[in-house]
Amino acid sequence: MSETVESAEAQGPEAGKGEGSARRETIRRIVQGDLASLRVVIGLALIWIIFQSQNDRFLSAENLTNLGLQITAVGLISVGIVYVLLLGEIDLSVGAVSGLAAAVMAVLNVKHGWNPYLAIAAAVLVGCAIGLLQGFLFSRFGVPSFVVTLAGLLAWQGALLQVLGSTGSLNINDPKITGLANTFYSDVVGWIFAAIAIAAYGAVLAVGYKRRRDAGLDAENPTSLIVRFVLVAAVVIAAILVFNSDRGLPLAILILIGFVVGMEYVVKMTRFGRHVYAVGGNAEAARRAGISVNGIRVAVFAIAGTMAAIGGIMAASRLLAVNQNSGGNELLLLAIAGPVIAGTSLFGGRGSVWTALLGALVIGSISNGMDLLALSSAVKFMVTGGVLLLAVLVDAVARQQRQTSGRV
Amino acid sequence: MASDTPLLELEKVSKRFGPVQALDRVDFAVHAGEVVGLVGDNGAGKSTMVKTIAGIYTADEGTIRFDGEEVRIKGPQDATELGIATVYQDLALCDNLDVVANLFLGSEEVAPGPGRVSRQLDEAKMEHQTSDLLSNLAVTIPSLRSEVGTLSGGQRQQVAVARSLLGEPKVVLLDEPTAALGVAQTQQVLNLIRRLRERDLGVVVISHNLADVFEVADRIFVLRLGRAGGEFDAQQTTEEHVVGAITGLGEDNGGTERAELEAEKREEGR
Repeated sequence: MSETVESAEAQGPEAGKGEGSARRETIRRIVQGDLASLRVVIGLALIWIIFQSQNDRFLSAENLTNLGLQITAVGLISVGIVYVLLLGEIDLSVGAVSGLAAAVMAVLNVKHGWNPYLAIAAAVLVGCAIGLLQGFLFSRFGVPSFVVTLAGLLAWQGALLQVLGSTGSLNINDPKITGLANTFYSDVVGWIFAAIAIAAYGAVLAVGYKRRRDAGLDAENPTSLIVRFVLVAAVVIAAILVFNSDRGLPLAILILIGFVVGMEYVVKMTRFGRHVYAVGGNAEAARRAGISVNGIRVAVFAIAGTMAAIGGIMAASRLLAVNQNSGGNELLLLAIAGPVIAGTSLFGGRGSVWTALLGALVIGSISNGMDLLALSSAVKFMVTGGVLLLAVLVDAVARQQRQTSGRV
Repeated sequence: MASDTPLLELEKVSKRFGPVQALDRVDFAVHAGEVVGLVGDNGAGKSTMVKTIAGIYTADEGTIRFDGEEVRIKGPQDATELGIATVYQDLALCDNLDVVANLFLGSEEVAPGPGRVSRQLDEAKMEHQTSDLLSNLAVTIPSLRSEVGTLSGGQRQQVAVARSLLGEPKVVLLDEPTAALGVAQTQQVLNLIRRLRERDLGVVVISHNLADVFEVADRIFVLRLGRAGGEFDAQQTTEEHVVGAITGLGEDNGGTERAELEAEKREEGR
C-alpha cells in the first residue's frame, strides 16, 4: 500500500509530463495518418454539418438512404482499388471494366435471354479475367501498372461500345438484376440484421480479447474495447433507424458492407493479406521470404477487376440500364480518390479496406450535397478535384514526416 | 569448444565472372559454436563467397561439405534446407509491418481449420513465439507490435538476425551487421552474436570494422584478391597483422614485410 503511494508520488511529475507527451503523440498520430480514420470521420462530420446548414433536407432519412445507394457502386470498386494501392500500384482500368462487365451482363440477359444469375456470373468472370490479364502483363513483363491499365482503360471502353452494338443503350427489366439495387427490407428484417451485426462484432472482440489473454499476451484495455463496441453498435442502430424511417434497409448497402467486411478480413487476418502488405512494403524482402511476389500481384489485380465488375453490376442495377457512358465520367477517379482520402497510402503498404467505405461516404456526401444545392458541374468538378488533391497532399506530407522521423 | 568436423567446409572453391576470378581455390571452414570473422578489402571476394554459400551463386569448382557430407547448393532454397541462414546488409525487412509479422514473414502460423487460403493467422501463437525467441536472445524491443520502420538501426539488425533463427539454422552468415550503427547499438548486435555462439551455431561475420571483428570473432579469415590471404586466431594476433594480410603487405609473418617496404621507401626518399 505504502509502496504504491510512494511510487505514485515518485511518478507524479513524470506522469504529468507523460500525459502532455501522450497528447502530443496523439496529435502527431492524427497528423501523420496512423489515426487517419478519426481525421476522416471528423472531416465527414464537418461536411455533413456544412451541407445540413445550407439545406435541411441533406440529413433527412430519404436523402441519407439515397446517399447510401449512390455510393454502393463506387464503394465496391474502391474495395478492389484498396488492394492495388496496398501494393503501391494503380489500376486505371476499373471504371472501364465496370462498364464492360455491366454491358456483358445486360447483353447476355436481355439480348440472349440468359438466366440473370448466369449473366451476373459471366460479368464477374469477365472482370476477373481482365484483372488476371493485366496483372500478368504487369508482373511478368514489368510493364508499369500505370501503363498497362491505362491501355486497358481505352481498350475496355472500346470493348464496351462493341458489346453494346448499334443500340448504344440497353434497358434491364429482369427483376433479379434490378432487385440488387432496388430492394428494401422491412423494419423487422432491418433490426434482425442490426442485432446479428452487433452480436457478431461483440463476439469477434470478445474472442480476440480472450485468445490474447489466454496466450498470456498483453490484451487491449477492456475499456477501449467496450468503447469501440458501443460506438459501432450506436452507428449500426442509427443507420437502421434512418433506413427504417425511409424505405427500409437497402440490399445494396448489405452487399457493400458484406464485401467491405469480407475483404477486410482477408487483408488483415489471412496469410494472403499479410503477403499483400509485405509486397507493398518491400517487394524484395517479400521475395526473399519465399513469397511469390508475382503471384500476389496477379491475384490483387484479379481482385480489382472482379470488384470493378461487381460495382458495375450494382451501378447498372440502380440505373436500370447500361449505356455507352457506363463506367465512364469521374467514376474511376472517385473510386481511387475515396480510399486515399480516407487514409490508404498511394505509396503502398498502408491502409485498409474500411477506407473504401469511409472514402466513398466522404466523396458521396460532397457530390450529393452539391447536387442538393444545385451547384453547376463546373463547381462540382473543381471542388471534387480540390478534395482529391488535398487528400493526396495529406498522404504525401504524412509520408514525408514519417521519413524525417526515421520511419520509412 | 569447437568440434572436430567443421559444420561447413569449403575446399578449393572457385567462382569466375567472365574474365574476373572472384574466388580462387578458397579453403574455408566454420565449426559449431565458433564465430569466424571474414575480412578483406573491397572486391576481395567476401560477398561472392557468402553468396556462394547462400546459394545465390553456384561454385564453378571445388567442393562444399556440410556436417562432413558433400553437398551441392544450387539455390537459396538448398542452403536454407541445409540449415544455412543469411542476413544481408539491407536486412530485407518490411518497414510497414510489425516485429511479429516480419519475423514470421513467409512462414506465418495459421489457425487450424478447413480451407488453406481463408484460414486466420494465429497472431497469438506467433507473438508468443516471438516474445520467447527475443527474450531468449536478450533482445529488447519496446513493443512487438511496433512497426519495424520505427525501430533503431540496432534493433532492426537484431530483428533481422532473430528472423533468420526461426528456421533453426546451424550456420548463420551475417553481412556487415554493425555497419552504420552507433556505439551502443553495435554492442547490442555483438552481444547477440555471442549468444548465437552460445547456442552452438556456426557464425560467419563479414565486416569492414576490424575492432568489431576482434571483439567478437574466435578466428579471422582474410580474403585477398579472391584467394585465402591468411587465417588468424583472434586471441593471438594483432590488428596490424590482419591489416597486413588484407592489404597484402606482409602476407606470412604479418607486418615485417610492410615494415621493410616502408623502410625501403624511406631509403628512397633520401
